[in-house]
Amino acid sequence: MSDFPENAKVVVIGAGIVGNCLVGHLSDLGWTDIVQIDKGPLPNPGGSTGHASNFIFPVDHNKEMAFLTYESQRQYGTLGMQTVPGGIEVARDEVRLEEFRRRMTSAKAWGIESKLLTPEEVKEMVPFINEEVIIGGFYTPSVSVVDSLETGTKMRQKAQQAGNLEVFANTEVLDVETNEDEVGISKVTAVVTTRGRIQAEYVVIACGVWSNRVANMAGATIPLTPAVHQMADVGPIDVLAETNNEIGYPIVRDMDTFCYERQTAGSMEVGSYAHRAILHHPDSIPSNEEAALSPTELPLSQEDFDPQMEQAIELMDMLGDAEIKYAIDGLLSLTPDAMPVLGETVEVENLWSAAAVWVKEGPSIAQLIAEWMTYGYPHLTDPHGSDIARLYPEERDYDHICARATEHFNKTYGIVHPSEQWESNRGQAKSPFYSREEKLGAVFYEARVWERPQWYEHNAALVDKYGIKEREAEWDSRWWSPIINAEHLALRENVGMVDLSAFQIFDITGSGAVEYAEYLAVNKIDVPVGRAVYTPWLTQNGGFHSDLTMMRLGEEHVRVVTGAFDGGRDSFWMRKHMPRDGSVTVTDKTREICTIGLWGPRAPEVLRQLTNLDLSQEGSPYGHVIDGDIAGVECSLFRISYVGDTGWEIYTSWEDGPALWDALWETGQEYEIVPVGIGVYGLTGRMEKSYRLMGAELESEYNPVEAGLARPKVKAADFIGKDAYLKMRDEDLSTILCTLIVEDLTDSQGRQRYMQGGNEPILTLDNERIVDSKGRVSRVTTAGNAPSVGEYVLMSYLPPEYAVEGTKLQVMYMNEVFPVEVAVVGSGGIFDPDDLRMKG
Amino acid sequence: MKILVCVKRVPAPGARINVTEDGFEVDSTHLGFTTSPHEECAVEEAVQIAETHDGEVTVITLGPEAAEEQLRYAASVGVNNLVLLPIDEPDWDPQKTADALTKAIIEIEASEGVFDLVLFGNESANSGGFQVGIRVAHRLKRPIVNGIKNIEISDNEVEAHREIDGGFEVYKLPLPAALGVKEGINLPRYPTMKGRLASKKAELKTLEFSAENGNQKRNKLHRPEEQVSETVILGNGPEAAPAIVDLLEELGVLQ
Repeated sequence: MSDFPENAKVVVIGAGIVGNCLVGHLSDLGWTDIVQIDKGPLPNPGGSTGHASNFIFPVDHNKEMAFLTYESQRQYGTLGMQTVPGGIEVARDEVRLEEFRRRMTSAKAWGIESKLLTPEEVKEMVPFINEEVIIGGFYTPSVSVVDSLETGTKMRQKAQQAGNLEVFANTEVLDVETNEDEVGISKVTAVVTTRGRIQAEYVVIACGVWSNRVANMAGATIPLTPAVHQMADVGPIDVLAETNNEIGYPIVRDMDTFCYERQTAGSMEVGSYAHRAILHHPDSIPSNEEAALSPTELPLSQEDFDPQMEQAIELMDMLGDAEIKYAIDGLLSLTPDAMPVLGETVEVENLWSAAAVWVKEGPSIAQLIAEWMTYGYPHLTDPHGSDIARLYPEERDYDHICARATEHFNKTYGIVHPSEQWESNRGQAKSPFYSREEKLGAVFYEARVWERPQWYEHNAALVDKYGIKEREAEWDSRWWSPIINAEHLALRENVGMVDLSAFQIFDITGSGAVEYAEYLAVNKIDVPVGRAVYTPWLTQNGGFHSDLTMMRLGEEHVRVVTGAFDGGRDSFWMRKHMPRDGSVTVTDKTREICTIGLWGPRAPEVLRQLTNLDLSQEGSPYGHVIDGDIAGVECSLFRISYVGDTGWEIYTSWEDGPALWDALWETGQEYEIVPVGIGVYGLTGRMEKSYRLMGAELESEYNPVEAGLARPKVKAADFIGKDAYLKMRDEDLSTILCTLIVEDLTDSQGRQRYMQGGNEPILTLDNERIVDSKGRVSRVTTAGNAPSVGEYVLMSYLPPEYAVEGTKLQVMYMNEVFPVEVAVVGSGGIFDPDDLRMKG
Repeated sequence: MKILVCVKRVPAPGARINVTEDGFEVDSTHLGFTTSPHEECAVEEAVQIAETHDGEVTVITLGPEAAEEQLRYAASVGVNNLVLLPIDEPDWDPQKTADALTKAIIEIEASEGVFDLVLFGNESANSGGFQVGIRVAHRLKRPIVNGIKNIEISDNEVEAHREIDGGFEVYKLPLPAALGVKEGINLPRYPTMKGRLASKKAELKTLEFSAENGNQKRNKLHRPEEQVSETVILGNGPEAAPAIVDLLEELGVLQ
């Protein structure tokens, strides 16, 4: 055995599926001098990988997870570590059948073969199932079973054989050391272990359930909690043993009981996501030596598992007479929003997290992290849903993690609506208008931790006034209200006020402020004071990292205003790329400045009652910020609109906000002002104008040319992604973002259906999915009403041959197809395409 | 054939056993609980005897309320009757335990009839006193043999094999009798799912009882120094062979 080294380029902590695949991928990408440690023995150090069920169902509604799962299957397959028995999800009730139709749609989007089965067809494939208790099945032939431990060993050995990796088992981390640089940014320096101290430039925490504990040693956080997933092995069972195979029958997921049955040679593994959430603190997990089985295989809480056994026997009677040979409370990692936590930790530079990852996506996530460390951002897929920086400090709080983990654990096999809201631990970040909004019957939706009114019950009477109809299908009307469309029309007719205080606001100041701001942004920021610039921030290879507004407020002062979903990622990106010479300071002003959007044809009239400012297009030009007094409150007025009507984003101090609100509200009464929710701001308003949204249309896999956001000229100043940006402008377009109108919303039952913007595939008239020359599928990125034009509108990227106005295509929704027509290619909306309302 | 098995709830530890701060108990913070392994075999043996001799098995335990878990486990593998002698402590000393068990057995037998066979585990997994079975049998005036690895029932007689170096001692005891059973006598079955679910509905009798204090006192548990063992990987595949030969020679295994 080698002596423990004193230095390494990178130390990877953890030898589960993630750590093992990571060292392999790092080695492939040219990293040398990698040291991997684990406190347990090899090949199974005792983490969650060791007791994983190792099966993979590839169909997922979430694009990021679907892609990562699909790619992981490919990697397991390439290594010869995968068998493919297929898998069937069975339904016990009608609601689940509807969900299967939605799954068929997602399967189509990702190009995965799937099929709906009758109970009899399920019985043919799984003869020991009780077809009486099910009403249908969703069959995916490519459901696979993998050997995650052997895969890990192979990946490790690959790096070892390349001479790039040394591995030390039975080596526990005692401390992770850091150092602060000149501008106060903490950086990882060394790992102290039971074998000695090792200095490292990079440290990756791939420690599964222990990750937060290790991160805490460095003063960082990896928000997750260990939680129990119960499973039992029952056997022997003759019909299984007779297959003479590790797995001979399709895996069955009994979706409505949140339970699965998976053959393991002569036995059946029964696993459950139905029991109450049983959370453990990382400090209460036993050591390898203390544990009866392993640290993550804890004694079964039998009472919690009993109901699941009854349901399992109901589905497969033979299970009742099989002996329970092994039953555990298996530990896995749950995060506050059910997505992994990946990327550089926000607190400590060069300390990376690769945690809360399942076996089904382990290899691809390892590649994603390796690319991220190598190139500055992953190439494989956009990781914004998994990026650890997405999580605000409130989401890193232990009680919050536990509350949300408790809430989503039982949704593992649940039917989750794309707009579904969290119930637990709400109200963490409220605007200064919150109490006023409550009185107006605001229905609050959460943007990460920020509470925002989605619509106001106060406006219920407008539904009749504008003749807005309810939606017929329950699924389409869930998390929706006709009031949204009514608010939209009232704003277009008169004036609406929108609470935008969840904007994340950062001030860049100092002698290097403008130069630094230029370096972040595609568009020119060195503009006259008072100008504001909408701009993308790009990743190093030219994809979207961010999409936001930068205001030149002074010679050495640039303000960044970004959305509530992206504040964490954007502030991290700013700090990551900040000059370290002290020439720049970034200050988070989010909780000091509140914002009201005032829009609609009568917005200028309302404001004129409250201020002496020149509100004409000359005095307050589009895209400019002017300062002044409104009703005695010092404000900044930014003439801009994300809803397509004239008006302003009005910024003032948190303390003065309520006075501003009251003045606008009281004065506005004469002009029939309405409070307007994010349902209009974030959806119907922007859809009529085809405004793009970060995380929906804008992802790192797409670039500004494809999104129709490239300007005619490229600025002289350098910026992140500039080389790629210059190059992409000369390339043939592979795809372009289009706006489509659904020509007929009627489904086979004669109901009007409304796509939810959940990655529904756009199909040719021959029902073929559309894939561009770079392998990206055309799918709905956003769907919503355009009430002013009476249409239902979709956005989707389309390859150039389809991106032609008037092209007839189809959209799939709930396993049915609906005719669509391309209405707009590139930027520009279907409502007021010349922007006369905003700029006229 | 009526059989009684006396069992004890004990922690199911890993390789390293921690002791509570006061030094009196095994620290069970991370641990599950189980039935002492010898007793698990006694339960299995009783169930098998009952199956072949049309018998009925009762399991009794003296322990905390939570010991219901071990009684129900016994029910899940085929035991008919469950009796709990609840105490506030995790366990008592062997004398006091034996006193309580004896009185309970006398009380049960008074109404239900005499147990033909009373089975104990050879010793408990946690305290290992080797006493309770002998004390109870003595008080009941029934013969007992410990270390039993085989049991054959015939008319009014039980033949019991005790393992010794190189063979067995064979005892014949008139019924009613008691035996201390040793692990290895059988391979205990696991409960089936149906067995587990049925065990939840099994009737569990809780007996009121009193017992005289024993004279044995636990002073302290002590965890010996750990022997640190290091795993050395000698190599992978055929190229590891020379290193293995060297090691075997070093150990003097090869001539």
